[in-house]
Amino acid sequence: MSERGRERCSQEDDCTSLLSRLGSDSPRPRMKYGGMFCSVEGAFENKTLNFESFSPQTQRRRATRTRIDAHDGGEVLRGGGGGGGQTVVFPSGHTWENHGKGEKTGSPLCVYCRERDVRSDSNNKSGLCVRARVCVRGRADQSADHRSIRMSFQNKKSSARPAGDRLIIKGGKIVNDDQSFYADIYVEDGSIKQIGENLIVPSGVRTVDAYGQLVIPGGVDANTNLLAPQKGLNPADDFYQGTRAALCGGTTTIMDHVLVEPGTSLLSVFDQWRETAEQRACCDFSLHLDITRWHEGLYEELETLVKDKGVNSFLFFMAYKDKYQSSDSQLYEAFGVLRDLGAIAQVHAENGDIIDEEQKKLLSLGITGPEGHVLSHPEEVETEAVYRAITIAKQANCPLYVTKVMSKSAADTIAKSRKKGMVVYGEPITASLATDGSKYWSKDWATAAAFVMSPPLNPDPSTPQYLTSLLACGDLQVTSSAHASFSTAQKAIGKDDFTLIPEGTNGIEERMSVVWDRAVSTGKMDENEFVAVTSTNAAKLFNIYPRKGRIAVGSDADIVVWNPKETRTVSAKTHNLTVEVNILEGLEFRGVASVVISGGRVVLEDRKLNMSEGSGRFVPRKAFPDAVYKRIRARSKMAEARGVPRGNYDGPVHDVISMTKSVPPTPTSRGPPCPKTQTGPRNLHQSGFTLAGAQIDDHIPRRSAQRIVAPPGGRSNITSLS
Amino acid sequence: MLLPGTLHRGGGCGHMVSERLLIKGGRVVNDDQSLYADVYIEDGLIKQVGENLVVPGGVKVIEANGRMVIPGGIDVNTCFMKPYLGTQPVDDFLQGTKAALAGGTTMIIDHVTPQPGDSLLEAFEHWQEAADKKACCDYSLHVDIPQWNETVKDELELLVQEKGVNSFQVYMAYKDLYQMSDSLLYEALSFLKQLGAVVLVHAENGDLIAQEQRKILGMGITGPEGHPLSRPEELEAEAVFRAITLGNRVNCPVYITKVMSKSAADTITQARRKGSVVFGEPITASLATDGSHYWSKNWAKAAAYVTSPPLSPDPTTPDHLHTLLACGDLQVVGSAHCAYKNGFCLGQVTSTNAAKIFNLYPRKGRIAVGSDADIVIWDPDSSKTITAKLQQSASEYNIFEGLECRGGPVLVLSQGRVVYEEGKLQAQQGTGRFIPCKPFPDYAYQRIKFRNQVKVKQGVTRGMYDGPVYDVIPTPKYITPAPSAKTSPTSHQPPPIRNLHQSNFSLSGAQIDDNVPRRSGHRIVAPPGGRSNITSLG
Repeated sequence: MSERGRERCSQEDDCTSLLSRLGSDSPRPRMKYGGMFCSVEGAFENKTLNFESFSPQTQRRRATRTRIDAHDGGEVLRGGGGGGGQTVVFPSGHTWENHGKGEKTGSPLCVYCRERDVRSDSNNKSGLCVRARVCVRGRADQSADHRSIRMSFQNKKSSARPAGDRLIIKGGKIVNDDQSFYADIYVEDGSIKQIGENLIVPSGVRTVDAYGQLVIPGGVDANTNLLAPQKGLNPADDFYQGTRAALCGGTTTIMDHVLVEPGTSLLSVFDQWRETAEQRACCDFSLHLDITRWHEGLYEELETLVKDKGVNSFLFFMAYKDKYQSSDSQLYEAFGVLRDLGAIAQVHAENGDIIDEEQKKLLSLGITGPEGHVLSHPEEVETEAVYRAITIAKQANCPLYVTKVMSKSAADTIAKSRKKGMVVYGEPITASLATDGSKYWSKDWATAAAFVMSPPLNPDPSTPQYLTSLLACGDLQVTSSAHASFSTAQKAIGKDDFTLIPEGTNGIEERMSVVWDRAVSTGKMDENEFVAVTSTNAAKLFNIYPRKGRIAVGSDADIVVWNPKETRTVSAKTHNLTVEVNILEGLEFRGVASVVISGGRVVLEDRKLNMSEGSGRFVPRKAFPDAVYKRIRARSKMAEARGVPRGNYDGPVHDVISMTKSVPPTPTSRGPPCPKTQTGPRNLHQSGFTLAGAQIDDHIPRRSAQRIVAPPGGRSNITSLS
Repeated sequence: MLLPGTLHRGGGCGHMVSERLLIKGGRVVNDDQSLYADVYIEDGLIKQVGENLVVPGGVKVIEANGRMVIPGGIDVNTCFMKPYLGTQPVDDFLQGTKAALAGGTTMIIDHVTPQPGDSLLEAFEHWQEAADKKACCDYSLHVDIPQWNETVKDELELLVQEKGVNSFQVYMAYKDLYQMSDSLLYEALSFLKQLGAVVLVHAENGDLIAQEQRKILGMGITGPEGHPLSRPEELEAEAVFRAITLGNRVNCPVYITKVMSKSAADTITQARRKGSVVFGEPITASLATDGSHYWSKNWAKAAAYVTSPPLSPDPTTPDHLHTLLACGDLQVVGSAHCAYKNGFCLGQVTSTNAAKIFNLYPRKGRIAVGSDADIVIWDPDSSKTITAKLQQSASEYNIFEGLECRGGPVLVLSQGRVVYEEGKLQAQQGTGRFIPCKPFPDYAYQRIKFRNQVKVKQGVTRGMYDGPVYDVIPTPKYITPAPSAKTSPTSHQPPPIRNLHQSNFSLSGAQIDDNVPRRSGHRIVAPPGGRSNITSLG
């Protein structure tokens, strides 16, 4: 066993998290239960309250299989409760004397190693094998075998992390994105172990009372900037304060943007970022990478990041001219690479060229205050870039995620292209859903400056309602905070020039309440949709579902008890951030997180915070999220353009007079399209190439004609005639 | 602005024999109304319009017999002399204008296409000279701007103010050749707006086309079908959208040449509904045929359809464009004549709009007293099938081959002379005059002027911020430029344009290198109102 166990141990160490293999790349096809995204096998039974499947008996049966498998081939069992593609073992440490329901054979198993023969040990009164007793009694020094089992739930950091509480959440209404039902939840070791009524749980379990409240999966904030420096300034709220505020608001997972300055190595910046976050973050986090200068040399680093580092989303800037901005060509190339790697392209969509010109113009007009920011970033400029990004993504057949949708017309553009079938997602943020841009004209400089962000808040006061409506009907999918907070003193470096004001607003804490108040309380959306837009959709898009974003057996115990009746007024005095100005100051929001459980530990209860710095874990994300890539794959197959096999043109060919003018190099570059596509994984376009190539080989003369006629791009390869 | 007298002198040599003509019994159709009236023409101008006209004797009378008498067509998009990659179009001004006249088009506006680095002025004069010798009908010229730089500005000013050019084309396609970046376009639009010119935009996303071309050539598709494949409809629509956005930002009228696809047309429609000053020009090719022939097995035939943007493969496109044209969402029809020509059936729709946009109205585009006598008698019932053999054009392939058209010109008058009658062309080489266009056409610029007044941006007057100012900590550990060895040589390096953000950075870097204590100095947390030079803070 121990040898086998070590084998398993090493296997499991490779996969750092319980459900990380739950992607399209899982080797076995996943069963479909109850809904297109429901990948938790058995979750549907669970929702129909067939609790038998999760009773200890079932667990035992599965455990036995686990063991047999482990002995037979050392294979990893694709276990039941957790869903396809992952070892699932339930180290529920409770003693079996407590239940005994339907126990016929009366031979309880060791809860860790599931040895049937424990009974043979006559001294064993607790029903645990010898090793297991060690585990239960002294967790600090578990045997390697058992540690390996526990490791399957937690990544390498888990040893530093205090053991999760054992909790039962009672009496609440569980709300997932697809349905709601009343049930209790039993949480142990940082994950959800049982869902149902009348759960059989060990003694000494802490009870969380959720009567009359909703129990929802913890929020996923898909866009934060807790470390990204701007203009040399570090954000006022770093990973500690930021995640602390996030937890207060009911967000238990954040996805932070790693800003990679031009010329630096993606990997080293990523590693630094992750290290900093692991030391400081109080909740689980994942990372996006912001690529500020694309070139093909980045391919290897991207591949490493996607395949080994758990990053599957990369942001490109269409703004910040001469600094971070990418050209259309660069975007197209990058999107093609991301598609091949199975990653999601994100864009900061604003036309940097126009902004740059407008800024110059405004400064020359003598407008230097924060109102210049909104004047130089008009709505159209955002809309135009969104449109362009979608066009590029369509051409590259790459999924696109538009961060920070701030205006009606930008949202409309996304909605319209979704109706045309593009794979594009839009992300309104706390600020754009809660307030408008009228404060840019505030007489108080500090207030006006606090609102400075890009794209700016729209001056049109009907924008928040409009965006909320689109969010409710599914045209926009994810709410995030785009949190990037800078203190007034930091913003003040731009007091004489609005272009120097560090951009960013708060919102990490208020995000869930804003959506509840603006969308659910007003009747635009129901509680399930609320869960979808605040948590589940982001988890699905970025491939951490169902580990995050769902209350199901096997998911992480990131749970929020949501009180829809309570209201809270936002104020900079009471918020959990360090910045002195809160852009939502004075606004009252219905819906408050009354209890927040992160990683199985209660971190917020009775408005008291109890969290430890550095308890957040890095959540790796696998490539090819199903929710996004199923369509992309099908389209790649469809999109193979085909040439027309035709006879050789043997008519006269116009003599091209060689001129001194520069000829576009592209039509004449006849080499392989890009070297990157060859090193990448299977590329569907290239398979199209081989098909077409076979046809072309039949027509040898045509090629010779090509050679003879006018090398520098004559009429033979007509690329453009206006 | 030139005086009318000088204008006539310009083309006077071919204009010696002016005829006196009376068109009787026709239905005069203008854009606003139609009425039955006679038209009396003398000296190349319309002298009288009405019934029972008193005319001198010896007048040649043309019986219109109730047919339509319409203003001669204006084709605003021809390229009779444009070299492409060194090749000259098959038709030159002579052939082209002959064909135009035969189709009822009495004025063309040709594109002057200088190469990057050429002088616009020289190219313009070259074109004008060629056209003066060859053209059989009146013409005007657009000038394409292949490159944007400071010297171009002076030439543009000269062209607008002294040469009678009021329209310039800029390119969003043809990467590394003519293509302008958004920044340059913004500058160009701002400048041209001040001159009162109409900006023509060739709207296609050149970056993406270059990428697609590379991909498609890499896939082994080298035939003409690669042309539309590399230029999908979306790229056109995207560029149209961007052009309109730029136009809105600059508050400059934008004229989209060659609207070839539904989605591009729809984009223009929507922008117009939102109040943008934008004009769209579908060309005859896009109105009459679709792009399915790119997949023709006959290379020469497929190649004949190659235009940029390409004809949309969607066969419903022509109908859709017609509908938009009819309801006013698109305004002008051009032929974009480039190595082929036919506007026979369709050129008439919009002579008035074109004349208005390019400030030729009411001299052209209207049958009214004082207007030029460019008149077409149109028979709506005649029908003809187009073939290359019948055509007056030198291309051997006509993309409208076999297309049956209803309606056609019976008689065409250019400058008061009959140039086409019952299938016979009597055009004289070199009779065409150059018609100068004044800047600030009302049709395009009236709204712009008002918007300029409305759109004045104002700052907020607020008290000086006297709070604390952050002391910049020199911790740019991710900013430190450590150029990776992997940086490919082709990667985009920021051009050395002075940029506020960047200068900000470089200065702050200098501070770090110098000494740390300096930043704690009073320059930063300056008590007297904090009026220190903020840009040096970084």
